[in-house]
Amino acid sequence: MLVDGIHDLGGMQGFGPVGYSPAEPVFHHRWEPVARALLTAVAGAVEASGGEFRHAIERMEPGHYLTSSYYEHWLTAAATLAVEHGLVTGSELEARAGGRFPMSGPVLAPPVVDAGPDVDTPRFGVGDRVRVREWHPPGHTRCPRYVRGKAGTVVRVDGSYSVPDIEAHGTARRHEPTYSVRFDAAELWGDGQRGVWVHVDLWDSYLERT
Amino acid sequence: MSNSDHHTAPMSPVEQRVAALEALLTERGLVPEGFIEEITRRYETEIGPMNGAKVVARAWADPEYKLRLLADGTAAIAELGFGGPEGDHLVVVENTAAVHNVIVCTLCSCYPWPVLGLPPAWYKDPPYRARMVREPRALLAEMGCPLPEKVEIRVWDSSAEVRYLVLPERPPGTAGMTEAELAALVTRDSMIGVARL
Repeated sequence: MLVDGIHDLGGMQGFGPVGYSPAEPVFHHRWEPVARALLTAVAGAVEASGGEFRHAIERMEPGHYLTSSYYEHWLTAAATLAVEHGLVTGSELEARAGGRFPMSGPVLAPPVVDAGPDVDTPRFGVGDRVRVREWHPPGHTRCPRYVRGKAGTVVRVDGSYSVPDIEAHGTARRHEPTYSVRFDAAELWGDGQRGVWVHVDLWDSYLERT
Repeated sequence: MSNSDHHTAPMSPVEQRVAALEALLTERGLVPEGFIEEITRRYETEIGPMNGAKVVARAWADPEYKLRLLADGTAAIAELGFGGPEGDHLVVVENTAAVHNVIVCTLCSCYPWPVLGLPPAWYKDPPYRARMVREPRALLAEMGCPLPEKVEIRVWDSSAEVRYLVLPERPPGTAGMTEAELAALVTRDSMIGVARL
């Protein structure tokens, strides 16, 4: 099952130090900008929404995701979308590559047929206390797992944008306001740290009143 | 890499896969001529942290601009000619002696391309994404940016449409510098929030 995909990394432990370098090239290998351009080309050709584009990466097999570089994620998503939309076949790709060509896993969520009406008016304002829905959808979402069920305070109301959970799964669209919600890190992690606030940007339907 | 190396080095499996997809898509007319070269050139030469540094220097030099920048980042950054993909909704967060801001994208790699370019590899890799929301004080210290306990830390997870830029504090001893001189002091990492100037 690919519910709660491996990409949702906030708060996971055991990864060790950040491989930090103050200066590094934009691209490390010449195949990286090619992979980048190919995903851009495929997404354009199949008219993939941002949600469908990201979900193609998130559906990668977790072991492959964690052991491959960022631009290998892009390559895998480009190939997956190209095969799913009939631009190429998996066997053509493997024949040309001379070996196995791992793809992302299948979409598990059903297509969204009825997106429901747009939400024009923000339900919440700056200073309101809100709670994030405790909810584990089988498809794409931009609601990180580490804030689900947690209470926070709205610090900014942004514009109305297409809900990723809907646009990733078909042609239906719904627009909703988004909010920046502030969480106390001590409440997120229960570890007593002080003076640390984590802000997460969330769509209207991810939230409920406290 | 010399030409002879280029032709004799065996391709890695990932290079073979990239070449396979590129060939098939090109045969089907889905990769316009020059498209790959144009994307490479744009992000290697035109779009990068030198753009964000100009925004920061202007904010340091011009208090009215700084007010506009903090009130509407997208519009104020457009005044300097910067915008485009991943830059439609820019929010600028200001560091002070009492508050330190830092940006992350726990779900993927969201980053303000028009002002910072493409993100460095460590920004997109699991350790940074996993740890910055959980133990930012410890991680910042580990990355060479220790903060006194009394400094409040604000982490911004770029999970929807807004992309963030940190406005670092103007360093002491810079009175009288020109905007170009100020911009030269501004690092990419200070605008992500993993360094102070």
